[in-house]
Amino acid sequence: MEGIIRVLVAKPGLDGHDRGAKVIARALRDAGMEVIYTGLRQTPEQIVSAAIQEDVDVVAMSILSGAHNSIFPKVVGLLKKQGADDILIIGGGVIPNEDIPYLKEQGIKEIFTPGTTTKEIVEFIRGNI
Amino acid sequence: MDIEKKILEGDKRACARLITLLENGNEEGIQILKKLYPRSGNAYVIGVTGSPGSGKSTLTYKMVKELLKTGKKVGIIAIDPTSPFTGGAILGDRIRMNELSLEKNVFIRSMGTRGFLGGTSRATTSAMAALDIFGCDYIFIETVGVGQSEVEIVRLADTVLMVMVPNMGDDIQAIKAGILEIVDIFAINKSDLDGSDKTKLEIEMNLDLNREMDYRPPVLQVSASKNTNIDILIDEIFEHRKYQENTNILRDRRINNNKEEIIKLVEEELLKIIYNKAIEGDVLRELAHKVTNRETNLYDARDKIISLLIKNKKESF
Repeated sequence: MEGIIRVLVAKPGLDGHDRGAKVIARALRDAGMEVIYTGLRQTPEQIVSAAIQEDVDVVAMSILSGAHNSIFPKVVGLLKKQGADDILIIGGGVIPNEDIPYLKEQGIKEIFTPGTTTKEIVEFIRGNI
Repeated sequence: MDIEKKILEGDKRACARLITLLENGNEEGIQILKKLYPRSGNAYVIGVTGSPGSGKSTLTYKMVKELLKTGKKVGIIAIDPTSPFTGGAILGDRIRMNELSLEKNVFIRSMGTRGFLGGTSRATTSAMAALDIFGCDYIFIETVGVGQSEVEIVRLADTVLMVMVPNMGDDIQAIKAGILEIVDIFAINKSDLDGSDKTKLEIEMNLDLNREMDYRPPVLQVSASKNTNIDILIDEIFEHRKYQENTNILRDRRINNNKEEIIKLVEEELLKIIYNKAIEGDVLRELAHKVTNRETNLYDARDKIISLLIKNKKESF
């Protein structure tokens, strides 16, 4: 039996806008993936704990509050500490282009800004795990 | 990662990896489970069933929170439906249990049904075994929640808890559908709502009418959101466990469950073999054509396929 791709869709920090995350979650489900959606106001520790227990292939974080530069790397760091750096980490939301290089340096494989099609995201995941 | 070594050390990542391997039918995972199987059998399993929206996740969260006070290690398997069309799923039960994510003594795993009917998933028992080996004292299995057709949970759980809500027509339906026979504890959640007393009364009346019982299931009124009577619910689970242990019912129940599980695994394996043989040389497709053209019939088609597996059955084709 083949494995099904498991994705954790997480909303870190205090950002309450979850429509985008839910759209992604549904798109990934429609693409045959299992999506663990943990809801709003997740701390980096909660995200990492869930990622470990659920043995996900991908952690997809959505932030619209501007806190991405501090929160995203924190999650990457915690995952590394747990020996889970084989997990594909992607992000999306309201993220200025000039921040993207820094985030990629920190270990976020790709950032998907507004306007990205769900198709692109699905194909990226399939091509990178 | 040395999963065998690490899972016995209580490493969560190792436990999680093992569950994934088992869920995917991976041979390495199965070998590990075979080796460590003697170390399982300690966990007490509570099946949580009930209609969608009855508050199973929130109630499970509150029950586990209560149980943690006793210093026990708890595992939760939360099952959600897999789309029959896309094969994907949204597993959202963790949302209700966020606070438990960081508890050292809690392990939560979300699973999709992956085509399995009956409220659980094919790999639920394997995941249970992994959590057992990992060291869980209690395991909660939260089913999909389709109500009446959720008979699978009986085959897995030591105690079956049914969560109901006041005034949903479902309650009466569930009672009529013979659910009474499989439920060990009834919990009317959201009991602050109107109709809670009436619902309790209706269940009690049906219990009076319906069966010869050695152990009458308690009907509790709780509120997960308001934290009402969660401690009483936990006590009833303990009571039921004590009763089953003292009367040896628990052992018989588990023997029966394992019997069912063995049959289930045999069926799966046989089907795989038959299906593979029938696909070879397009036998199945040809037969389907022939049946439709009335060149043969369904029963002879059946025999033809069986003959691929069992040599001496006569082919009447």
